[in-house]
Amino acid sequence: MVEVKRGYVRPLDLKHGCVDLTHGSGGRSMVQLISELFARHLGNEYLGQGNDGAVLPAPTINGRPGRLVMSTDCHVVSPLFFPGGDIGCLSVHGTVNDVAVMGATPLYLSAGFILEEGFPLADLARIVESMAGAAREAGVPVVTGDTKVVERGKGDGVFITTTGVGVLADGLELGGSRARPGDVILVSGSLGDHGVAIMSQRENLSFDAPIESDTAALNGLVAAMLASGADLRCLRDPTRGGLAATLNEIAGQSGVGMMLYEERIPVKPVVAAACEFLGLDPLYVANEGKLIAICSALDAELLLNAMRAHPLGRDACFIGDVVADDHHFVQLTTSFGGKRIVDWLAGDQLPRIC
Amino acid sequence: MKYIDEFRDGQLAKNLARSIAAEVRAGRSYSFMEFCGGHTHAISRYGLTDLLPPSVRMVHGPGCPVCVLPIGRVDMAIDLALKQGVILCTYGDTLRVPASDGLSLMKAKARGGDIRMVYSTIDALQIARDNPQREVVFFAIGFETTTPPTAVAIQQSEAEGLTNFSVLCCHVLTPSAISNILESPEVRQWGTVPLDGFIGPAHVSTVIGSRPYEFFAEEYRKPVVIAGFEPLDVMQAILMLVRQVNEGRAEVENEFSRAVSRDGNLKAQDRVAEVFELRREFEWRGLSVVPYSALRIRQKYASYDAERRFAIDYVSVPDNKACECGAILRGVKRPQDCKIFGTVCTPENPIGSCMVSSEGACAAHYRFGRYKDMH
Repeated sequence: MVEVKRGYVRPLDLKHGCVDLTHGSGGRSMVQLISELFARHLGNEYLGQGNDGAVLPAPTINGRPGRLVMSTDCHVVSPLFFPGGDIGCLSVHGTVNDVAVMGATPLYLSAGFILEEGFPLADLARIVESMAGAAREAGVPVVTGDTKVVERGKGDGVFITTTGVGVLADGLELGGSRARPGDVILVSGSLGDHGVAIMSQRENLSFDAPIESDTAALNGLVAAMLASGADLRCLRDPTRGGLAATLNEIAGQSGVGMMLYEERIPVKPVVAAACEFLGLDPLYVANEGKLIAICSALDAELLLNAMRAHPLGRDACFIGDVVADDHHFVQLTTSFGGKRIVDWLAGDQLPRIC
Repeated sequence: MKYIDEFRDGQLAKNLARSIAAEVRAGRSYSFMEFCGGHTHAISRYGLTDLLPPSVRMVHGPGCPVCVLPIGRVDMAIDLALKQGVILCTYGDTLRVPASDGLSLMKAKARGGDIRMVYSTIDALQIARDNPQREVVFFAIGFETTTPPTAVAIQQSEAEGLTNFSVLCCHVLTPSAISNILESPEVRQWGTVPLDGFIGPAHVSTVIGSRPYEFFAEEYRKPVVIAGFEPLDVMQAILMLVRQVNEGRAEVENEFSRAVSRDGNLKAQDRVAEVFELRREFEWRGLSVVPYSALRIRQKYASYDAERRFAIDYVSVPDNKACECGAILRGVKRPQDCKIFGTVCTPENPIGSCMVSSEGACAAHYRFGRYKDMH
């Protein structure tokens, strides 16, 4: 990373300054933004190489070479700052989790920033600091990155794309096509926290008990689950589209049906109340720090105990069974004892009028 | 959750289901229409039909605000957004209602229309205050529940001297729709739609009270039980309707007494009367043109009436020929009786309006109940 010599260049005005087009033009301002902001917070030996790409050691797992897992995720959240997090930590958690639920150990991240002209540098600094904190906590460094600036009105403040690379042990196969009738469906904690935290901000709603996003890196929890030795079929993080979308995906991939039990599905009272108010169904609301696990029924207890022993899986519980169904429906036994489909979402969730 | 869980108690529901099963008479069938989309939603969402004996059949009614909105009205709103360049505000579900040329408000938004979803008319007014240089139109739809807030918005706008706010008024009236169904030949002459009673509206009745339904009970000899939108309310109302039928009574009973009185909300009614007057006729999707079934803005508030302000006229547009929404809204057909249900017409690509909102009979059946058609 090129250091701009102090004394000749005014430092970035991180209090009142704004992103302008020169920050993306390849000149001195860009170098300054990178060194004074990105490198300062995210710095590590790989990012510090300062080349067009990072040179990384061949990955090993348990001392043996493993397979690479790679995943990428774009983040365009509005508002950028929300209770419990911001787009910075979210962009780390989202990708770390996508790699982790493959059963892999996340190793490295890349980060691409699209900044809108006029975006306050102070906000950008907060975002980058938060990103750095999340990466440190997850133990997954950002080893390469890129920044572009678009004209005012052509972006929404900041967009961040992160790509994650991880290593997967030979012989470990997790995937959405591996669910079998008789398996059980577990969830690592309460549903809907993230989406409701975001939406109550958007609608300017405040609640007595503030709703915080659950955004968190799940690689530690996944490692603990793998270490339990339970016969895991599939892990997935129910982000966009919530539990409903995730289970419909898996049901389709595996060619099975699912039966959920409404009374078993954990939703915090304050989240349930907000959903009621906003006209949303928590089963369709996004999560950023939860995972769904499908495992053999015989190992359900073993896996639940391992999950509950980890802080991010404290409230883990059983929510349903995988069943045989040619139509691959995800169904729900309601608290009333009736049955209904938990379908894919059609477009966005829109509140009803009556 | 306080005040919610009490009305969603599974054990109580099972007790009510047992009472209903015990009280239905052998050899008799019971057909009840739940007027409101809110009830349709509760029935599907909680799987209530699974709790009812086979002799009790629920018929979905036309009380889903977006379902009864005809294509031509949505066209007017799209026109305002795309051609007149206004900021068009409306309630959530309305965004997906199919209009002419394969458009909807959602698709018009993608084509550059400034269309915004609001939770209340207060939000629409705020948008008008924040954008004094732009015209802001609130696309007002719904039954009597949503009418008073529209009236208040117009009066508030006048009091503040806002000159850039107006309303495209498509408010409709519940009693007219019920009369229309009761007068339809399927119910009156041919008897092809057996109708033994109504679950009366919940939120609408908080405004208009229970008195307007007394006419239906007397004139048409149909029991009406006004019920809340919680699933236990619906179960209790069904039990009350079964009892009325068994005892040969046709009365208006109020299950939703925690919110509905006989006279309703007089203050809200006054506000509505100050701002709105009856339209001579209004086209409904499904029920076609119904006389005196909707509201328009009074002359006194003409400058807040988007129809006058932008000189736009309603043009009737026929529904897709294969679409059975009309028959479904009148209770004549069930969603699964429609040829294009679930094949051409799906929640992702609704052809008819009943596939739009989860209150609509088709969307509710598709989203929550279609597995029953396949097993």
